[in-house]
Parts: sequence; structure tokens; C-alpha cells
Amino acid sequence: MNMVDVAVNAKLPSASESFETPLRRALRRLFRRKSAVFGLAIVVFFVALAVFAPLLSPYDPTAQSWTLVRNEPSVAHWFGTDDLGRDILARIIFGTRASLMAGVISVGIALSIGVPLGLAAGFLGGLLDALISRMTDAMLACPFLILAIALAAFLGPSLGNAMIAIGVTATPIFVRLTRGQVLAVKMEDYVEAARAVGNPRWRIVFVHILPNIMPALLVQATLSIAAAIIAEAALSFLGLGQQPPAPSWGSMLNSAQRFLVNAPWMAVWPGLAIFLTVLSFNLVGDGLRDALDPRESGRG
Amino acid sequence: MLNLLGKRLLQLIPTLFFVSVIIFSLQQLLPGDPALIMAGEERDPAVIEQIRRQYHLDQPIPVQYFYWVKGVLSGNLGESMRIHVPVLDLILQKLPVTIQLASMAIVIALAIGITAGIISAVKKNTVWDYVANAFALWGISTPNFWLGIMLIFLFSVKLGWLPASGYVPLTEDWRASLASTIMPAFVLGNAIAAILMRHTRSAMLQVLESDYVRTARAKGLLERTVILKHAMRNALTPVITLGALEFGTLLSGAVLTEQIFTIPGFGKLIIDAVFNRDYAVVQGVVLVTATVYIALNLLADIAYVLVNPRLRS
Repeated sequence: MNMVDVAVNAKLPSASESFETPLRRALRRLFRRKSAVFGLAIVVFFVALAVFAPLLSPYDPTAQSWTLVRNEPSVAHWFGTDDLGRDILARIIFGTRASLMAGVISVGIALSIGVPLGLAAGFLGGLLDALISRMTDAMLACPFLILAIALAAFLGPSLGNAMIAIGVTATPIFVRLTRGQVLAVKMEDYVEAARAVGNPRWRIVFVHILPNIMPALLVQATLSIAAAIIAEAALSFLGLGQQPPAPSWGSMLNSAQRFLVNAPWMAVWPGLAIFLTVLSFNLVGDGLRDALDPRESGRG
Repeated sequence: MLNLLGKRLLQLIPTLFFVSVIIFSLQQLLPGDPALIMAGEERDPAVIEQIRRQYHLDQPIPVQYFYWVKGVLSGNLGESMRIHVPVLDLILQKLPVTIQLASMAIVIALAIGITAGIISAVKKNTVWDYVANAFALWGISTPNFWLGIMLIFLFSVKLGWLPASGYVPLTEDWRASLASTIMPAFVLGNAIAAILMRHTRSAMLQVLESDYVRTARAKGLLERTVILKHAMRNALTPVITLGALEFGTLLSGAVLTEQIFTIPGFGKLIIDAVFNRDYAVVQGVVLVTATVYIALNLLADIAYVLVNPRLRS
């Protein structure tokens, strides 16, 4: 087959394909990935659990009963009861709130500090860039969980402080990502054109650069939510996050550890809940990365 | 090469400066008077005044920072408020335990991660590839403290094969030492194995498509020789240097793993310090961790240049 044959036989894009917006194309690619759809379904499931917790929960998650201490799973208590006779299913359902809130809020904190700093470093350059970059290197040199533990320890144990600690610790990742993306995008012709027609600097940054680096930020944010959920569970497990009697998957695992011989179910469910939530965000993050990757365009 | 080393060392100065600022600033986050918090239950004004003078808390913050850095540079990381032992001594005492655990974890991670990565790349889009990818996803998504608890339940409670907690030094009884550390080492190595598997897979896929691998195949070499002698050797170079950067993950993991398995190492030290409000120890541990991480980062950079002739010139 010669080049002419190839050109003649080449499949032309359909009208709907050629006028497809980038968002629609990304969504189409995302929904074509079974693993991403599976992840998204679990995320939606857990969000629904968190939102409708009072309606879905069979019992009050903090109600104790001395007659129900460490009862194994039964028809009345599907996931069993804990060392204080509380229903584990109810605590798992309400614990979703702490985990998802910690994931979303701490990544929100990291984005709101990291993105402006990264934009400033990447766009303005010079001394400011050097200063922000070295600061970022310094923060990245402190292992994520160790810095989060240290921050949470100094701030005091509470879910709010744990979210601040995780958010601040996750910030340098977004600074570095944003800076790198800005450095790549600001050399593009359309940014040069925007500059040439006399757009002010803030407009170039927020109207021309920021929207174009959003896909990379979105992918990182999704994967960071997964890491933040594990970090919150870890801090709660250590007693530095959600405080009792409020339910949290991490603190449930902490108390479960003491009753592993007599009540193993106390450890199974909260761990499984953390695993499934983190897995789902990782699947969505991986799916988004593939869907938003320009190298995938030829295959999409 | 020397130029590169000099340049990298120069770059470390501002990074180390900011690390010291971050760690010193932690103390400023304490709500209220740090001297009162450091005194704990002690309410004697003379003791509080003595703490204030000892830690220069009566001085402006930049002066406090100066004294703190001066101490750190001369090897004085402060003193544990609880047991009145120098922080550096405490860290040096606990470090060998964590080094043993970390070394075993790295061996496990390399063995599982690299093998799974190679198989996954060589058998791309087959059941083997899917299983290896599922393993990586499982490793990344499983909280290691849960995995630790589940392994204790299975191997200690149910089967009774391994001790649930505690630590026996290698010098005392190597068999008992291995038995007490194999589970925590696996827990630690598991997450890193997953990351290494992904790196290995992508590096191998890239190398397998390169011209010299195609040439090796065209020469009629056995597929095993092509993979093990030609592809793997080149693919593993970046993987091993990237592996060195997983040190942070290892230490973060050690904090929780040592807590679950009651191993008296570096990770447990920081947790005990947090619970005892022994802030000098918390700061010391973070400082040492960050410094070691920066040093490993530098070594990884140098190793990468050393093994890659194209970068040497």
C-alpha cells in the first residue's frame, strides 16, 4: 500500500469527533476505562454514604451498650459491635465523613497555597522563583507523614489540625507541579500572542495559563486526596486526628488492635473502608491521567 | 563530574537553611508559652524561668533561631524533656533498629517490585501484566498499619508462626531477630515494591522498544539473554536511583509499622515523643530525617551520573 492509498483509505474524523470539546473528549476517554468507571462508582458510593449518613446509618454511631460489647457480625449488627458496644457499620458510615472531608479539605488547602506560589515562581521567575523553589525543596526533604505528624503534634490533636497539617505538608507537590507546568506553558505561542496584544500579566496568568495547567492539577489533586485519606487515617490511628467518641476509620483501627484475638471484625471493616476509598481515588486519578494525556489523542 | 558535585553541594545550602527554618518554626506553632508547655506538670516559676533561659526563650525569635542552629551545627539537637538524655544520643541509639528494618524492607521491595515490573513489561497486556498492575495498585492503596494488623492476626494470632510484637537484636539471636522483623519489613517493603514495580515496568517498556534491543533480537539472541543482559541492566539504572528517593516513604512507613509491632526504632521514638510532648525529640527526628533524605538525594544524583556515561561528559 503506497502513501496515496493510505491517504485515500484513512478514516476521516466524523463531524461529532472533530467538533468535540477537550472536556467532552476527556470524559469520553475516562468513561471508556473500566477501572476508572469502577473507581468513580466507589467514590460516588462513599460520597452518598457521607451525605446521607444519618438516613443510612442503622444506629447512633456513638451510642454505647454494655450488653453488646464485642458482638460478632449478626443480622442486627451486620459488621458486629466494638469494645464499647457501638455498632461498627454505623461508625463506618459516619467515619466516611471524616475521611472524605480530610481528603478534600487538606487537598483544598494544598491547592490554595501551592498553586498561587507555583504560578508566581513559574511566571515571574528570578529571585522569587529561587526562594520558592528552595523552600519547596526543603519541605519535600521532610518525609510526608513525619512532617504531618510533627505539625499535628505541635498544633494539637484534632481533625481540623490534622487537615491543616496534611494540607501544608502536601503543598510543595502542588508548588512544584504548577511551576513546572507554567514554565512549559508560558513558552507556547498563544501565551506569546496574549502578551503581544497587550494583556496585563494577571490576565495572562489567570485566563491563558491557569486553564491550560488545570488537567495536570486535577490529576494530582485526585491522587493527593487518596494520599490525604491515608494520612488522616494514620494520624487518627496515632490519636492525632479525629478525637473520640467521634467516629473515624483510623481511630477505629487503633482500638481494634487491642482486641485482635477476640474481635478481629473490629479491624477488618475500617481497614477495608480505607482501602476501598483510597483505591477508588487512585483508579480515578490514573484514569484521568490517561484521559487527559495528549499522547493518548491518537488512540482516543 | 567535580563541577556537578560542587554545583549540587552549593544548591544544598539554601535547602538546608530552609529545612532548619521549617523545623525551628514548629516550636513557634505551640499555643501559649513554650516554656510552660515544656515544663509539663512542673509549675515552679524558678524551673520555668530556667527553661526560658536554657532555650533562650526570653530572646527575640531570630536570636533563638541563631542559638538553635549553632547547637545543631555542633551536634547538639537539644535534650529530651522527659528522660534528660541528649536527642542525638537517643536517635543514634534507635537508628540501628530502623536501619535493620529498612534494609530488610528494601530487599523485599526490590525482589518483589523489580521482578513484578519486568514480568509485567515483558508480558505486556497479558494476565501477568494485569496481575502485576493489580498488585501495584493494591500496594499503593493499602494503609500499611492495616496490613500490619491483618498480618499479625493471620501469622501470630491464627497460625502462631511469628511473634506479634517486640524486637530481638541481630547480635543477640539472629533467628529470633529475623522472626521479629520479617512481618514489619514486609509491611514496609510492600508499598515501595508497588512503586518500584511501576517504575520498572515503564523503564523496561521504554528499553524494550529501543534500537539496541531490536538489534540484539535480530542477531538471534535468546529472548532471556535479551531481557536479562541487554534490557534489564539499562532499565534498572533509573529505577535504583529512584528507589533511593523512596527513603522518605520508608521512614514515614516505619513510624506506623514500628508503632504496630512495638519495635523500639526511630519511628517509635517520634511517636513516643509526640505523646510525651517531648518537642526537642520531635524536632531532632525531623531534622535528622530531612538531612539523611537530602544526602541520599545527592548520592542518587551522583550515582545516576556515574552509571550514565552520556551525563558524565
